[in-house]
Amino acid sequence: MNPEKRARNVAAAVHARLLRRHPGLRSEQASESLPIILGQRRIYVLPSSFGVGFGGVMLLMLLGALNYNNNAALLLTCVLGAASAQSMYGAFRSLHGLRLVTVKPGPATAGGPVRIMMGFEASLRPRGPLRLVAAGASHPFALDREARATISITLHAERRGWMHLPALKLESTWPFGLFRAWSWVHPETLALIYPVPEDGGPPPGRAGIDAKPVRLGRDSGEEYAGLRDYQPGDPPRRIAWRASARSDTLLFRLHESPPAQTLWTLRWDELRALDPERRIMRLARWVDEAHRDGREWVLELPQQILGPDRGSAHFHACMTALAILP
Amino acid sequence: MAPANRVPDQRAFALLILSAAVTLVLHAPHLPLWLPMPAALLLLLCWAFRRRGRRFPVLARYVLVLALPLAVVASYGTIFGRLPGAALAVGLLTLKLTETETLRDARIVIATSAFVLMSALLFGQSLLQTALVCVALWPLLTAAMSLEPAAGPTRALMHGSALRLMLALPVALVAFVLIPRLASPLWGAPGMQVAKTGVSARMTPGAIGQLLIDDQPAFRVGFQGPIPARPLRYFRAVVLWHFDGRSWTPGHAALPLERLIIRDRPSRYTVTLDATRQTLLPALDIPVDTAPGTFSTAARTLLAMRPIDHTLRYTLESATDYTLSPQLVPDERTLALQLPVGADPRARALAAQWRARYGGNSRAIVASALRMFRNGGFRYTLVPPPLGRQQVDDFLFRTRAGFCEHYASAFVFLMRAAGVPARVVAGYQGGYANRTAGYLLVRQSDAHAWAEVWIPGDGWVRVDPTAAVSPDRISLGATAAAQTADAPWFLSGWWIGFRNRIDVVNRLWNQAVVGFDALRQRALLTQFGLDPSRWQSVALALGGALGMALAVGLALALREPGKRGDALATGFQRLERRLTRARCARRPGEAPVAYLRRAASSLPSPAATTLMALAGRFAQLRYGGTQPPPPLAVRDWVRKAKDFRP
Repeated sequence: MNPEKRARNVAAAVHARLLRRHPGLRSEQASESLPIILGQRRIYVLPSSFGVGFGGVMLLMLLGALNYNNNAALLLTCVLGAASAQSMYGAFRSLHGLRLVTVKPGPATAGGPVRIMMGFEASLRPRGPLRLVAAGASHPFALDREARATISITLHAERRGWMHLPALKLESTWPFGLFRAWSWVHPETLALIYPVPEDGGPPPGRAGIDAKPVRLGRDSGEEYAGLRDYQPGDPPRRIAWRASARSDTLLFRLHESPPAQTLWTLRWDELRALDPERRIMRLARWVDEAHRDGREWVLELPQQILGPDRGSAHFHACMTALAILP
Repeated sequence: MAPANRVPDQRAFALLILSAAVTLVLHAPHLPLWLPMPAALLLLLCWAFRRRGRRFPVLARYVLVLALPLAVVASYGTIFGRLPGAALAVGLLTLKLTETETLRDARIVIATSAFVLMSALLFGQSLLQTALVCVALWPLLTAAMSLEPAAGPTRALMHGSALRLMLALPVALVAFVLIPRLASPLWGAPGMQVAKTGVSARMTPGAIGQLLIDDQPAFRVGFQGPIPARPLRYFRAVVLWHFDGRSWTPGHAALPLERLIIRDRPSRYTVTLDATRQTLLPALDIPVDTAPGTFSTAARTLLAMRPIDHTLRYTLESATDYTLSPQLVPDERTLALQLPVGADPRARALAAQWRARYGGNSRAIVASALRMFRNGGFRYTLVPPPLGRQQVDDFLFRTRAGFCEHYASAFVFLMRAAGVPARVVAGYQGGYANRTAGYLLVRQSDAHAWAEVWIPGDGWVRVDPTAAVSPDRISLGATAAAQTADAPWFLSGWWIGFRNRIDVVNRLWNQAVVGFDALRQRALLTQFGLDPSRWQSVALALGGALGMALAVGLALALREPGKRGDALATGFQRLERRLTRARCARRPGEAPVAYLRRAASSLPSPAATTLMALAGRFAQLRYGGTQPPPPLAVRDWVRKAKDFRP
């Protein structure tokens, strides 16, 4: 084993032991309700690696000054040491009293990114810049004149349903980077992740619902009305390939369709042949299509029936119901 | 990109360049001539490259990295030692800036700069140098701050680092006093390559000439009594017995300590001697005792046990009215009459003439020699013409121009040739008496050489032949005596006076800081009831002081200002805490007034009425017509809220 690897193993062992002994250092804590206030009991301060190195240099300076009986150099070392020690307080003070007041997850579908807006507040005293570390990415930020800051972080949404936020680390190495103060926050806010609509697949009503099969296609008789960005779940047949070639993104043709007269009834029970996740994906796609085409639809799930209705609120209600299906 | 690889931005880089440049400037005086200008140019180049978003050429960097140690070896012959080390360190710091591409690099530059800055103090620890180095920490710390993400505007950074430096000073002073000093070095003694300063134990006429234009302070003397008059301020450093025709040296004979008969009350004084890297200790006239760590030579000059490589303080008592060595022992007589064989025949002939005329009357012989110096066309100058092989003859009969060394050397030669025992004494004469601060400042330019002749019955008597030629040398000092034509411009006029007056600050600095060694630390700690011989007590004091500093820092760090600003809010918070304890917590997002009303509805009747009244009044004060609310009404509400018990 090479020495670097061994050193890393030793460090990991020490870290694990430290966490066992000191559960407060651990990132996995029970989640808390907002506002989360960073008090002195939950802020930890340790020298950063730069701090350790710089401390070594100062130790050398101290030994040199003492050895050569050079009091001027000793005084300089003392001044530098006392100034660097303030880094400890600076880092602590940047975090102390900070409040996490809002956590607002944005819309997201499973497998995609989810944007989370976090609002911070603090008292009006000056305060050093901070970093929010989430999912391995560091987001530096500073509070504005009114001691507020809003930052957005992007997480990866893996599954549909309610997503717990990971523990977030707030840290500061202000002012000199010699000490790192950090605190774990674990807001209880949940992000709702919609199911990802199925890509392709049959349109609804194949199994004979009420109306004649809906044809989605070039010859559906609808008027071409404009373009918008392609979104997952859009039928690929309506991608405007020619226009897309001139643009950076895939474009999707919108049809000026008078609200479709046919009511779609989307039934969970009708998709018995598929496994539950496939069913949810298909229903999500149908709901999405119906909403996009401005139709009226009914979603019949095992426990509840939504609609008939149309519009955004109905769409979100249906997607939420689908997202949180067991 | 991960934070560890974030490149320092343009501003951070400029600050790094600035702190490296300041380091370079502070080192420049003792760097070899080829280094400072190219290094400054290189820093400028780094900055320019960075500004255009380009990297420094790799090949050029490799060439420079290879060339640097070679150039250092070429100028010093080695890379070890203080001077080559400093040149190498400054060079490497400059070169590091050509490859500062990551946060890690930038931090290495900062740590290296701090170390190199400190090493500048190895070459001198005057107040000015130390203050400059401490000020140089400013750009350094600002650079460290600018490396933080979202660091804010540069002005704020400058303010922040300056404030932190100021705050550091008191803690630094406490630590400085309490950090235990080493009685002996942990490793090798400091490098001795620096040229010796001060009077040396070898006098070759012309050598002190270097000192006479060296305006550095040599030592300072604080007298317990009044400062002696200028003509009495002879500080003996070394007695030179042996003359080989060119140089005077102390000789190696072991002589018994000369007997001293004191006729007045010795004066007591303390000398603060700057590092000389020699063992000679100047003392006023004849010291009657020795200081710890010193011993007396036979001729009653003082020597230190070890070369003085840091500022040394010693207290002595000296006699100015005395008889030294009333009887001359035979060995002493032999040494005091020694002359190099066959040298300087004309001087010998002149001395023989005097001997023939005055016989054993030593005083008459001394007088005729002094008369010759006074009336024989001799001239005092700091830049004498060079002397030939027969040094004394050449001086006495041809050039007739020189300074104290020439006169002392020629005079003692003549005395010995005339059969009068004589010896050369080198030391310092004069000095600037700072009446306000009550001490005497002696500079290297006050270095002087004179003679002592032995006269039966009187013992060794001081004779200063230079005084015969140039009485000004004794009454005004060497530079004044040599007239302004000889002196460099910076030694003339008001500047000297200004420097003499301002020197009191340097003296304080030297006494309080530079000379604060293990001994003085002990003395100070003992005064505070600590037992410095037990390391535990010193460690306890240091630990206690640092712990206290930490605690004060923590208290300051925990302070949250602005709370006392809004008494109404504070009063409401107290009320809320009290209600929460009474199981009536405020719901998230509940407005204060609504909360109080809801709480009132859940309470029994008398408390409920009071709380409803408080809620109504609170709404009036907080949201009513007069904003800010009248302080008296607020105080009244706060008092009522305080008295409220659910």
